[in-house]
Amino acid sequence: MPREKIDLPHHVEYLSILDKDGNVDQDLEPDIPDDQLRKLHRYMLLGRRFDERMLRLQRQGRIGTFAPIKGQEASQIGPVAALREDDWMVPAFREAGAMIWRGQSMEGILLLYGGFNQAGEMPEGINNLPVAVPVGTQVLHAVGLGYGMKYRGDDRVAMTFFGDGATSEGDFHEGLNFAGVFQTPVVFVCQNNHWAISIPRSHQTRSETLAQKALAYGMPGIQVDGNDILATYVAATEAVERARSGGGPTLIECVTYRRSVHTTADDPTRYRTDEEVAEWEERDPITRFQKYLKDKGLLSDQELEELEEEIDTEIRDAVEKTEKRMEELAGEAMVMFEHMYAELPPYLREQRDELARELAAKEGSNG
Amino acid sequence: MAKMTMVQALNHALHQQMRKDDSVVVLGEDVGVDGGVFRVTDGLIDEFGKERVIDTPLAESAIVGTSIGMAIYGLKPVGEIQFSGFSYLAFHQLESHAARMRWRSQGGYHVPMVLRMPYAGGVRALEHHSESREAYYAHTPGLKMVIPSGPRTARALLVSAIQDPDPVIFFEPKSVYRAFREEVPEEEESMPLGQAQVVREGGDITLIAYGAMLRPTLEAAQRLEDEDGVQAEVIDLLTISPLDTDTFAESVRKTGRAVVVHEAPRSFGPGAEVVSRLVEKSFWYLEAPIQRVTGFDIIIPMFAYEQVYLPGVERILRGARETLNA
Repeated sequence: MPREKIDLPHHVEYLSILDKDGNVDQDLEPDIPDDQLRKLHRYMLLGRRFDERMLRLQRQGRIGTFAPIKGQEASQIGPVAALREDDWMVPAFREAGAMIWRGQSMEGILLLYGGFNQAGEMPEGINNLPVAVPVGTQVLHAVGLGYGMKYRGDDRVAMTFFGDGATSEGDFHEGLNFAGVFQTPVVFVCQNNHWAISIPRSHQTRSETLAQKALAYGMPGIQVDGNDILATYVAATEAVERARSGGGPTLIECVTYRRSVHTTADDPTRYRTDEEVAEWEERDPITRFQKYLKDKGLLSDQELEELEEEIDTEIRDAVEKTEKRMEELAGEAMVMFEHMYAELPPYLREQRDELARELAAKEGSNG
Repeated sequence: MAKMTMVQALNHALHQQMRKDDSVVVLGEDVGVDGGVFRVTDGLIDEFGKERVIDTPLAESAIVGTSIGMAIYGLKPVGEIQFSGFSYLAFHQLESHAARMRWRSQGGYHVPMVLRMPYAGGVRALEHHSESREAYYAHTPGLKMVIPSGPRTARALLVSAIQDPDPVIFFEPKSVYRAFREEVPEEEESMPLGQAQVVREGGDITLIAYGAMLRPTLEAAQRLEDEDGVQAEVIDLLTISPLDTDTFAESVRKTGRAVVVHEAPRSFGPGAEVVSRLVEKSFWYLEAPIQRVTGFDIIIPMFAYEQVYLPGVERILRGARETLNA
């Protein structure tokens, strides 16, 4: 009876193209058209500034709680930039930057965190699923979408996002396992931001990397510098092409850092040091990319200033428009009965009428 | 018309719907090559192939979670959970997503999936193979909860469930699977979800049941006629949610007396909802307190004692007579 080593022909790659100061590794530099590079930068910047604006709005009580993306712009915008419009994106709840890249409006996102049912409406023709709050559960929806694509013979891809914490959930396992067995065209993007509220990455798993978990499911896994948009874009492009051409799923671990709070209800000083946050500030994805663009002659200080102004105006307009809309919608509480079923059953019609009468009576007594 | 068992009738419905609509796919543990542990999906894989009759890994949450994705993509997945006692491993996918996707996306996406599972006792099975937890699903806004009682209703309701645009939980009373045969028409037959059936007319008392409890309830009704000269009306609920209030509320306005029968535990069970609605809609017509003849609020015992636990003809009769003599 032998007792010998099973030789598994597997490996996990690590990819980084821009160093921490934004200097490019010329051997690895991808050939991305200038317009696309500018677009990547614009959306990262928009994501950052929109995030900062939302945090202020929340602190002022103008919207409810949300999950900021600060520091994670490259690990979500790089991957979705590899998708086609008719592909599908299945987010968790910290992907505002990716959602905007994929055609969702800032107004829609503000309305969601403003607490309105109507925010769920997706703009026509956008293949994004809504925000999924229970951690890791959305992974399976992407796998089901992928199964549908394969079944129908569509050359599409489903990309789903989740965090390091989600890799401890059962649905992460079930999803990757199912995708591996059925070779569904799915790209699993893990934004390893090091913290699941107060639990550090090291407490989620004893695995050295999250990417290596892919090997057990029979799919390629790659770890990338999640604060390097060239690396996230390249890794995702390879994974999307593989999935589209029938090569099955991939797990991408984007190593990044949540520089802000988990959600606005969280106080990170209870569990992590300022020094750690400062270290990651030095590896800011936007600053690094700006250095690269400047080196390539694609961005000047003046252009940056103009772009920032343009973005701030867009955000201001979106906030103004949304606040107006929230005022208009404030009196439309009856929508809570909408879209429960294709057709409202009799007992729900009764309950809806009960609320309508209550609201009418209130209106009467107020008037 | 052919005489079929419930298993055959369900199998017939699946064959027919899959022939008719290539968006219908079946998935679950052992549903393909094995034809399902109760053989409900027998033969489907031979006719429709393994892409449409999917033998999944052993993962309940994945069966439901991927069904949600497939349904959003335009398929009509019919998932099978091998026993309802294992459906809790997928409960969060039903409660958090299947039930909410239409609402969350404001009608942009919907989840036309069916999740079939055998439920309830009576087949001398292991732990986790005999309980009745329909209340969990009936309590979840956004889901529909259907329980047929015989071969013909099973076939017709499964057809409706597959064609329904919303997620339907479809409980199959496993003790009825092969208990008897009924005429089932070859041509497609459906029944509207959310509609109960008066299966026996009578003016003295209303007996309300569903699933495996329908047969003993009908037997009790016959004994009431034979032994007591009492005419019992029997209502088969068929859909637990949305519950068809009108049919039983009207019946009780006529009879003034009611008994609700189910295997599920009594407290917070479907019977509690039926009684509440009767109190709301038919209170002034009641001649006597309403009785609940149900499972006890305990874990269904190991099978040596399950027949003692399960409501049967005698217990239903006792409940009915108590109401009649009140």
